[in-house]
Parts: sequence; structure tokens; C-alpha cells
Amino acid sequence: MFRQATRLVAMLPRIILSGRIRTFSSDLPAAEMADRNFVEAWKKVVPNLEPPKTPLSFMKPRPPPPSSIPPKLTVNFVLPCASELSAKEVDMLIIPATAGQMGVLPGHLSTIAELRPGVLSVHEGNEVRKYFISSGFAFIHANSVADVVTVEAVPLDRIDGSLVQKGLAEFSQKLSLASTDMEKAEAQIGVDVHSALNAALSG
Amino acid sequence: MAMAAFVRRGRRIAAASSLISSQPAVTVRSSLIPEEQAPLGVRYVSTQVVRNRMKSIKNIQKITKAMKMVAASKLRAIQTKAENSRGLWQPFVALLGDFPSVDVKKNVIVTISSDKGLCGGINSTSVKISRAVYKLTSGPENENKYVLLGEKAKAQLIRDSKKDIELSFTELQRNPLNYTQVSVLADDILKNVEFDALRIIFNKFKSVVSFLPSVATVLSPEVVERESEGGKLGGLDSYEIEGGETKGEILQNLSEFQFSCILFNAVMENACSEQGARMSAMDSSSRNAGEMLDRLTLAYNRTRQATITTELIEIISGKSALEG
Repeated sequence: MFRQATRLVAMLPRIILSGRIRTFSSDLPAAEMADRNFVEAWKKVVPNLEPPKTPLSFMKPRPPPPSSIPPKLTVNFVLPCASELSAKEVDMLIIPATAGQMGVLPGHLSTIAELRPGVLSVHEGNEVRKYFISSGFAFIHANSVADVVTVEAVPLDRIDGSLVQKGLAEFSQKLSLASTDMEKAEAQIGVDVHSALNAALSG
Repeated sequence: MAMAAFVRRGRRIAAASSLISSQPAVTVRSSLIPEEQAPLGVRYVSTQVVRNRMKSIKNIQKITKAMKMVAASKLRAIQTKAENSRGLWQPFVALLGDFPSVDVKKNVIVTISSDKGLCGGINSTSVKISRAVYKLTSGPENENKYVLLGEKAKAQLIRDSKKDIELSFTELQRNPLNYTQVSVLADDILKNVEFDALRIIFNKFKSVVSFLPSVATVLSPEVVERESEGGKLGGLDSYEIEGGETKGEILQNLSEFQFSCILFNAVMENACSEQGARMSAMDSSSRNAGEMLDRLTLAYNRTRQATITTELIEIISGKSALEG
């Protein structure tokens, strides 16, 4: 309990000094309040056990939105098996949203975008890195931080064109032969992904 | 003897750990001589009994040392994967925040535990925290349910909360843990359980000797909408929804994806904690066995020397009786 108290006392001066209104993604005071409420409620019900930690205590707090548009976009690109890019400063990001390719520049409006299988490209100076991603989500926050969460991401040069063609043919055939809804849905997904792969390799 | 000890591992090691967590040499000696084993009229402790005891303790020590090495190698393999998966839940918490004290009607408590035992106190800690969260979130209109991953939580919770256990999954680690398996699991849970808030309880791996019990909260799409309209998630409305779908659909997909990501990280962290806890449990068990072996060796030597001295005395007194 005393450890928590010293941590919260250390937070207070920072909260009081920054008089700016923060948008949600970096809303530390409310989060601290939520944590504090939980800890207090816990102490009342179960005084003998230490309260469990919550994910907020394991995360580095996000910066508040700056007053002017920052020059670079900070990108966190995460997969279940690795953090591909974490807090990398880039110029532009192009993400394959369900509605089409979307470009993200620093100062972009805060957005939640659902992604379809397609190509993600990261532009940094003259360097462009392209990844083929399976679907996922992209969050763009007001402080020019973009989070892209997907299940799989492969650099384009690791994809084998002939296997893509074979897969496309196979799934198109399965789609035409499919009888139940489930099989149709699976075959459709296969066709979508392979055509996206095809487009990625050629385009 | 080692094989027999290994096969009946549960019982034997339970017995051994009771003898390992014990008692000075004095009581050892007295407990070693059940009357029926020593032949009548003998004035000394049979060394055979002590020798048998020492042999079995040495075997147990070898087994626990081997288990520690196995746990260490498994930990190395899984630790890198767990650390890589730590970035996965951060975007969700940055967007939606974490509100463990949210007040909802249907709470589902997902407790993650291990299948195998001998891993110290982590499963008991998880179960204690689950029970506490249950108590914390129970109220007149609230209904709480458990979803259990792992044999050990099931064994402990089935005794008093059997009616509240909605689903239980075991044998998660038969194949190495991967995202596909966890997402199928998450899908199962989401399809079969109605919830307003899911609380995932796991042990976060801080280091080989330190595991922090943690609770991660995932809200259902309806609750997120409710909170975004007037509650704690007020900032969420300022986010544009890209794509042709409605906000409700996107929130649904988001909530499901969030659950599977957080569950994946939680399962990895718990697996690491399990191996780390097993390492330290087996390490202290080997050390205790070593200490016990030392004490028994001293007792054995004392007994052996006393026997020899007694024999010598008898021979010498016999001879002096004949001469004198």
C-alpha cells in the first residue's frame, strides 16, 4: 500500500503542472483514478491479499498530443510473435483498410481502421519497406502515434509467386465446389487472401 | 528404485516433501527404528534402515535436479516468445484503457493455471485472486462465472464453486503455444459465454524468481459503447471509424481481437511463470534433500562406529573374562 502511495504522490506534480486537456489515448489521470478505485475496492473486500497488477502498470505512458503537428509519425507495428516496429519515427504509412489503401501522415485525424489482407508500406526518407499483412486493426491517435496490430506480416520479398498462383487456383476451385456456408466462407477467405497476395506481388 | 519412485511420483514426492520439510536428526533416528524391523535383543539401530533411507533420498535429489534442468530449458525456449508478445496488448490498452473497477452485471473470470503440479504456489495464488475478484464484483444483480484454463485451477475451484464454472480447458501445452491455438480458444469462449466484462487472471513473468499476479479487463462491445457515450471512455467518440461498417460492428470485431491478443499474452506469461516457479521449487527441494542426506550420513556413521565399538568391547571383555 505504501509503495502505491509513493508512486501516486510522485505522479501528482506532473498531473497538476500539465494543464493541457489530453485526449483519450494518453489519459493518464483517469487511468490512475481507475487503478486507485480498484485498489481501494480491493482493500475493502480482501484486505489480506495484495491487489493484482493491471496492464496499465506495465505500460509506458503515451505522450500527450502536441500543440503543433510533429514532423514524424511514430509507428508501433506489433504481431503476436514479435514487435516488428516499436516507436519508430517514419514519414508516412500506407495501410490496407477495408475501404481501400489509406495513407497516414503525421497529424492525421484519430481513427480506428479495420484492415484487410494487403500491403502495408512504411516510408522513411527514401526507404520504403513493404509487408504483406493478414487482417488486423490500426489505431491512429491524436498525438501522431499509429498502432498497427496484425496476426501475420511477411516482407514482400519472402513470398513465392508460383505458390500464390497455385493457392489461388486451388481456392477458386474449392469455392466453386463448396456446398455448405462454412465451406463457402473458408474458400472465399482463401480466394481473397491469394488475390491480395497476387496484387501485392505484381503491384 | 529410481524408476519406481518416478512412476509413483505424486505419492512418493508428497511423502518425501513431508520428510524433506522436516526435522532434526534426533527424531529421524527414532522414526527409523520401527520395532518389528530390528531383531529382538539388539541394542543398536540397524544400519540397513538408514542406508535404505539415504538411497531413496539420493534418488529423489537426482530427480528434482533433473526436473530443474528441464524446467530451465523450457523456460529459455518460451521466454523469448513471451517477451515478443508483450507489445501485442499495448495498442488496445492505449486506445481503450483498462478499467478493472468497471461495474457491470455479467462478469466472467478467466483463470489461467498450469496442468502439471510441482510448480510452487502460483496456481494457488491465481485461484485466491480469482476468488477475491469474484467477491469484489459480486452484487445483488450481478452474476459471475468462471472459465478455467488448466487442470490445477479446475481441481481447486470445483470444490466450492462448481455451479459457477462455465467452461474449462485443459492440455493447452501439448503442442507448443501459438496464436492460432489461443485464438480458437478465445473464439470458443466468446461463442459460449455471455459477458459484459471479462477478467483474465494470470501470473506475469517479471523474472525467474518473481511472478506478479495480474488482472486484465476486456469489456464487451455494448459496455464499450455505453462508456464511450457518457462514461470513462469518453475520448473514444473522437475517433473516426474508417471503413464502411457501423461503429457497432467495428467495436465487436475490436473487442474480440482484443480478447484474443490479451489472452495470448496472458497464456505465454503464465507458462513462463510456471516454468520459473518449477525451477525454484525443484531447486529448493534438491537443496533440502541434500541437507537431509548430510544429516543421515552423520547418523549412519555414528551408528556404524557405535556398532564397531560395541563389538570390540564385547570381544575384549570376553577375553579378559577368560583370562581373569
